[in-house]
Amino acid sequence: MDKKGKSIAIDAVDHVAKGGLLNRRLFLNSAIATTAALATVRAAYGQEAVGEGQDDWTLIPGSSAELYGSRSRFEEELVKRRLTPMTDEFYNLRLTKYTARTPLDHMLGTITPNGLHFERTHQGIPDIDPDQHFLVIHGMVKNPLKFDINALENYPTVARQFFLECSGNSGTLWSETPTTESLQAIHGLLSGAEWTGVLLSTLLDECGVSKDAKWIIAEGADNGMMTRSIPIDKALDDTMIAIRQNGERIRPSQGYPMRLFNPGFEGNTSVKWLRSIYVTDRPVMSIQETVKYTDMMPDNMSLQFTLEQDVKSIITRPSNAMSLKQKGIYEVSGLAWSGKGRISRVEVSADGGKTWGDAMLQDPILPKMLTRFRIPWQWDGGPAILQSRAYDEFGRIQPTRNQLITARGRKPTYHFHAIQSWGIASNGEIKNVYA
Amino acid sequence: MSMPKTLPKSLLFTALLMTMQPAMAQQPHFGVPASQADIDKSFWSIFPDGEFLPDGEGTADKGKELFEVNCNMCHNLPGEDDPTKNQIGKLFGIKDKSGKTNLQQTIGSYWPYPTTVFDYIRRAMPLVAPMSLSNSEYYSLTAYLLYENGVIDENQVINKDTLPKVKMPNRDGFINAYPDIPEKYKTRFK
Ligand code: HEC
Repeated sequence: MDKKGKSIAIDAVDHVAKGGLLNRRLFLNSAIATTAALATVRAAYGQEAVGEGQDDWTLIPGSSAELYGSRSRFEEELVKRRLTPMTDEFYNLRLTKYTARTPLDHMLGTITPNGLHFERTHQGIPDIDPDQHFLVIHGMVKNPLKFDINALENYPTVARQFFLECSGNSGTLWSETPTTESLQAIHGLLSGAEWTGVLLSTLLDECGVSKDAKWIIAEGADNGMMTRSIPIDKALDDTMIAIRQNGERIRPSQGYPMRLFNPGFEGNTSVKWLRSIYVTDRPVMSIQETVKYTDMMPDNMSLQFTLEQDVKSIITRPSNAMSLKQKGIYEVSGLAWSGKGRISRVEVSADGGKTWGDAMLQDPILPKMLTRFRIPWQWDGGPAILQSRAYDEFGRIQPTRNQLITARGRKPTYHFHAIQSWGIASNGEIKNVYA
Repeated sequence: MSMPKTLPKSLLFTALLMTMQPAMAQQPHFGVPASQADIDKSFWSIFPDGEFLPDGEGTADKGKELFEVNCNMCHNLPGEDDPTKNQIGKLFGIKDKSGKTNLQQTIGSYWPYPTTVFDYIRRAMPLVAPMSLSNSEYYSLTAYLLYENGVIDENQVINKDTLPKVKMPNRDGFINAYPDIPEKYKTRFK
């Protein structure tokens, strides 16, 4: 211990007590101060210190506990991305940039951190004062009632994990030529989270909903007042008014202070910034359920109210976000989900769908939530085509792209849920291909 | 349908509350009565049969003037072809719905209900200031959009009685896929 004492080159004023205790102001919470402090500490340790060779973060005390946590400064580049960058002229008219997609290539589990949950708005994110916001439930009910966030917080709540997927997700795969966009751009309108809220059935009960009710019409308080019709059987089943996401109040981009959440349904139906639920016997036929979110079939008839997201899976590793550096063993891993219930099986193919092997499904396998699958794969350095195919507990099977297009043509832009293929070239490069 | 599913749960909760607080015999009720003013502030839906359409009326010629002032900065007039404005939303000029992808579909070629036009432009347009015009002005804009799409005559007066009766060209072009997609569009085979 003596050897430390020898080469102390620290100002006498820095000592506050014997035994090497230094002034607490030595470590200020700024980079400059830290560097200065570090120099002092290094000097204090001297040439023969046993800590020689240790990293700075081991040698100096860290910063104080944060009152609201932030991620490492080395992770700040991991962000959501928009799809095709539009021109400035476009955004000048559009006023808002209206999508941001989850970096699925960096997600190894099933829960998306709140800051990376995908966003899609039509007319921007409103800045709602929760004290002035309320939800009114009216129409075919005995008592029209209103609920503010404080009232909702007092009900018995449910906390459940669900995926949320925009029905426009993977939409570029309808196009004739395979897109060169990234995994994040193709499939990033998909996230998974724990949503906590009050079951809508609880509130409808309290209002005394009529037996003749068949639909509810949900409207948001945002600019443009997003509006969707939801069948009453869904509304009385697992639909909730969500007030928390992954443990914290839902963020403004997700509908603060309250949103509708329809587990398994296309994302747009889970109306954010919810402020009105009108109980009725018919759909309102809003723009979002007639002009948008409908798909034209080969006979020019359009499918409307394709609400439940079909069984689907994607491989997130490897993907075109990376390339393979050498032959050898890799883990093929991805996500599978079904808007109806649980995933029962996922198969993976490395030869473009000729042969399939069962992937391991990671627990827990929850209904209407992302399920992580994994399978080891030996790459021999030759060309390969990786695909995944999901099954759900209701016997639904994810179709090939050809099967989907044969059944529904190529005019749709929404609800693409077919198998997607990553083509691996001999040089290890990975591309989205049609196989 | 699934109402019974939720009953046992709420009963359980009630039972729990009763053991904890004998005074409280029901499941919690925290809703407060909503006034007509609360409802009017929050509810803007217009139904295809015309329910909730307001008083007022308008015509296409008035709508044209309003469109030039309030809408043309972002949407092309008939005959104009600014590509950025087309990307924002093409409102006229496509009659044939076959072979067009969803993004190019217009009021005349695709929209099934005339009431949706009024409902949407009143709640959402002009993008910079939704709900900034009067109901009669929104009726006029609706008339203009319908007229330029070849759906109504130039002089047709649009109000709460006439609008729901306008027959849209693609009125019968939709199939309900809930709760299940019709058999012929299904993909669930191996
Ligand atoms: C500042 C730009 C802007 C102005 C001004 C504007 N709009 Fe729009 N309009 C938009 C954008 C952006 C959309 C697409 C919104 C979306 O995607 O949700 C749109 C969509 C529409 C649509 C739906 C088109 C479709 O088929 O998808 C109609 C109809 C429409 N606007 C009518 C009008 C009318 C009428 C006015 C004038 C009262 C108007 N707009 C003024 C930007 C504008």
